[in-house]
Amino acid sequence: MSEAVIEIESPKTGEVEAAVYEHPWAVRFAHWLNAVSLLVMVGSGFQIFRAFPSFGAKIPQQDLLHWPKAFALGGWLGGGLQWHLTFMWIYIATGLFYLGYQIFSRNYRQVLFTPGDVRGVWPMVRYYFFFAPKPMAREVYNPLQKLAYTSVVGLGVLSVLTGLAVWKPVQFSWLAWMMGGFHWARIWHFAVMWAILFFLLGHLVMVVLHGWNNFTSMLTGWKKNPDYLER
Amino acid sequence: MEARIDPRKFKKVSRRELLKLAPVLAVGAFAIPKLQEPLLKAGLGFSDWASALLFRSQHLATTFTESELTPLEKFPINGYDVEDPGVDLEAWTLTVSGAIQKPGEYKLAQVQSLPRVRQNTRHVCVEGWDVIGRFGGARLSDFLHMIGADATARFVYVECADDYYESLDMATALHSQTLLCYEMYDQPLTREHGAPLRLQIPTKIGYKQAKYLTSLKVTNVLDRVGYWEDQGYSSFYSL
Repeated sequence: MSEAVIEIESPKTGEVEAAVYEHPWAVRFAHWLNAVSLLVMVGSGFQIFRAFPSFGAKIPQQDLLHWPKAFALGGWLGGGLQWHLTFMWIYIATGLFYLGYQIFSRNYRQVLFTPGDVRGVWPMVRYYFFFAPKPMAREVYNPLQKLAYTSVVGLGVLSVLTGLAVWKPVQFSWLAWMMGGFHWARIWHFAVMWAILFFLLGHLVMVVLHGWNNFTSMLTGWKKNPDYLER
Repeated sequence: MEARIDPRKFKKVSRRELLKLAPVLAVGAFAIPKLQEPLLKAGLGFSDWASALLFRSQHLATTFTESELTPLEKFPINGYDVEDPGVDLEAWTLTVSGAIQKPGEYKLAQVQSLPRVRQNTRHVCVEGWDVIGRFGGARLSDFLHMIGADATARFVYVECADDYYESLDMATALHSQTLLCYEMYDQPLTREHGAPLRLQIPTKIGYKQAKYLTSLKVTNVLDRVGYWEDQGYSSFYSL
């Protein structure tokens, strides 16, 4: 483990706690900035989708779902596009900053899902969903977390690539072609968004289940007495 | 690295780390009503700037086979106002002005005397739907050549019989697939599709493809960008 550890000794009781610096500033910064821009992208994306809530023909038009206006950002199609085309740059820049930091600082080793993590996934699934005993924690992220976080970074990349194909199907015709053309690129873009929202739901449930100490670690970087430190 | 500190010091360290996240609050500027509009305008402007950089004048939009065409009756008619502004097709002329050598009134026959191009291309609406249509007409670049347009001017600006108006950057105007379109599906343009003359630009979003053209101006300065653009849509919106 490469994370910094400190011990906190209470002068009154002499009790000693440990704290680990789990999340470097760059990761926390990217996390929260991305949280904001992701919500803006989803909200404005729904606003844009409301203009033609279908993936079929325009004539006859068969709407897929009626997304409520209250959960859309921008007020009208033009407004939604303004938010979407503004925050996409923040979304992309944050993603590049995060990936650049993780690679150059080698901090990616903390979270990247590798073949060695494969056998650890199932025991975690059994623990979370089938009441199996909790596997021994050895690192900041368990194998299932690594799988989830690595996948969602991949989904983030896909959201940008599918978005580029929808925005510029002629200039990025090779991208649109890979996705089956403009029409399909729009479908993929929508599907990737739902996949990210599905991750977000699971992520939020886990954050609630794991409590305050875990939550604040994404704000301050420090986590007190993490389970993998038991000794 | 291992050190031992007291809880007060740890609180201090934690607080300092929390404060380092303050830059994230900068996006809160978008929540301030006074700043929101100029910020979004700047963001859209940045996207348009990037779009102009990404535009490749030699790169062609994909063309399609006859079997991939959307039938004409399923090609949407998206007038912003009226489907037929009542153009007198017999008396119609295109008023041409601006940075050109031969200003004046041009008849449809003069546009049709230029080499005719027919292309099956995708029409993408800003709403999200798309259709593949068959379009015929003269290259706008040929017409600009005919009227002696200054190709170093920045824009081509058009006005329409239904008070719609649009503008095109010169690079797109000179693109070989940008047409002064007078045919759809090998038939003369119908009234609801913009008779007698419309723009057809496979490298641009739908609202740029103005119908019922009445005038065309080559210019370096735009007083107005376009009907939708002036309400907040992207000015460049290239595909």
